[in-house]
Amino acid sequence: MAGLTYTILDATNMSTAEVYGKALEHLADNHDNVVGLTADLAKSTKIGVLAEKHPDRLYNMGIAEQNLFGVAAGMASAGLVPYVSTFAIFTSMRALDQVHTDICYQNLNVKMIATHGGLSFGQAGSTHHCTEDIGIMRTMANLTVVVPADGISAAEAVTAAYSKEGPVYIRLNRGYDQPVYDTSECRFEIGKSIELAEGSDLTIIACGVAVYRAREAAAFLRNSEGIHARVLDMHTIKPIDRDAILKAVHDTRRIITVEDHNIIGGLGSAVAEVMAESGKACAFKRLGVPDTFSIIGLHEDLMAHYGYDVNGIAAAVRELMKMDFEEDDDWDDEL
Amino acid sequence: MSLSEKEFLELDEKAKEMRHLILDTVQWAGGAHVGGSLSAADILTLLYYKYLNIDSDNPGWEDRDRFVLSKGHIGVGLAPFLADRGFIDRELLKTYNHTGSSLGMHLDKNKVPGLDASTGSLGHGLPISLGMALAARQRGKGYKTWCLLGDGECNEGSVWEAAMAASHHKAGNLIAMVDRNRCMMDGSTEDVMALEPFADKWRAFGFKVLEVDGHDLRDLAEAMETAMEEGDKPTVIICHTVKGCGVESISGDYRYHYASFDPEKTRLFKEEISSYHQKRREENK
Repeated sequence: MAGLTYTILDATNMSTAEVYGKALEHLADNHDNVVGLTADLAKSTKIGVLAEKHPDRLYNMGIAEQNLFGVAAGMASAGLVPYVSTFAIFTSMRALDQVHTDICYQNLNVKMIATHGGLSFGQAGSTHHCTEDIGIMRTMANLTVVVPADGISAAEAVTAAYSKEGPVYIRLNRGYDQPVYDTSECRFEIGKSIELAEGSDLTIIACGVAVYRAREAAAFLRNSEGIHARVLDMHTIKPIDRDAILKAVHDTRRIITVEDHNIIGGLGSAVAEVMAESGKACAFKRLGVPDTFSIIGLHEDLMAHYGYDVNGIAAAVRELMKMDFEEDDDWDDEL
Repeated sequence: MSLSEKEFLELDEKAKEMRHLILDTVQWAGGAHVGGSLSAADILTLLYYKYLNIDSDNPGWEDRDRFVLSKGHIGVGLAPFLADRGFIDRELLKTYNHTGSSLGMHLDKNKVPGLDASTGSLGHGLPISLGMALAARQRGKGYKTWCLLGDGECNEGSVWEAAMAASHHKAGNLIAMVDRNRCMMDGSTEDVMALEPFADKWRAFGFKVLEVDGHDLRDLAEAMETAMEEGDKPTVIICHTVKGCGVESISGDYRYHYASFDPEKTRLFKEEISSYHQKRREENK
């Protein structure tokens, strides 16, 4: 990651959003055209960190999200690179007309860094949960959609977004994420998934907060039950890493997707689309929020409740391992 | 400074010519938003032939003045100006609204040189314009950002979000203009969703407010020049206009928001426009 030197220790001491704030400050240090915009959530989203060194480059638009994204579009069309932060639910729904028409349609260089994604603002309830954004945002033409797994990869994504011409949506969580990466391990590249564990029995494809859980579940199953699960951090939902998905279908014949999102429309759907169009089906299970408005509670508890914590993932793996498939001799020829 | 007699006559002639071209384009299109295009034609004439600092040889010029057509449905009212100013081929107007044409009902900035924003969904233009105005200040640029809104559009909350933010951020380089033709799709603005006291609303949101007859080129020019004197407040020019202005038989009729006509009707409407401008010159305004 260009210029950033956060270690795993730094990342564990900072919330994911704080790491984002630092990464943005670093970008602003190096690029005069970077500005930040928020709608009275400078503190909550940590975009306010930008103002510590660059007070003239942070614009607070008040609690007015439509204007927030429209202004960002105008700034981008005039040569600035706006980073815009509010909660994921307001980015993807309150201001969606502006995101669609002003930013994505016009293909403008706006970076939407949305926080409080998924159920990470658990106790706030469904007015502040956001389990629809991945589904919504990936239908926006021109838009890149990224869901980083932890603070380090969030910083990587925020930095990579600067170099990626055009609109980018990055979904972060509220609060602290379990670290998945340290700087030496994370080779972040938009559109390219990261294999965190090798395996040929099954593949767990995860994004965001689910990545850590997937890796833990895989480690547990490998050590205690001899099940070798491949784990992919599918941080970029769009453009999705088709090659890694098809390889997983081919190599492991069993796929579980895990996401902090409605099981409809998000990562699981994106993976299913690739698989279905390849003509090569395999055992498949989507884990996430089961098309319901969530109960309230701590994020960890909610993930357990809906079956995508470590135990839930492990249980789904055992279930899928019971499924057998006929061998298909043509596979190797066609890949 | 008021328009000289020569300028007035030249601009009036240009406004007439553009109204004619708008009608031709509506006919070529097989139907388009004619009423609001004709009400805005004098405003656009002054912008495109006197005040906007733009260059058709370099449409992306960084220091150009920005113009955002927030009432994006009158693409048919703007495209003739872009053609006449040399940003697009005049022949393209004949393809307006046709399948595959780069000129659609709501113009696309990525397909139409000289267009600063793609608009169509109402209430978007003022926020975008504010972003352009703030970017000018951030980047040390001296350009102005002009934004033309419809009056019915001012029902949208996002207009007022932007208005609040524009005065808060002291965007003195932002000039909003409202085509106050008092018509919406379903009737008069005051019947559908009352806007009055309209000027007071803008004042309350921190704008410098100018009110003017939007078909009086001299008054309109004076208001635009006043608006260009930069202070720390954004300006709005409320332009009192007539929907369908120039075509006597449809003037003020909200049902002519969108219309289609055949060549014969177009010819008759153009005659009405010529008479209208003749009368205007005689009245010297």
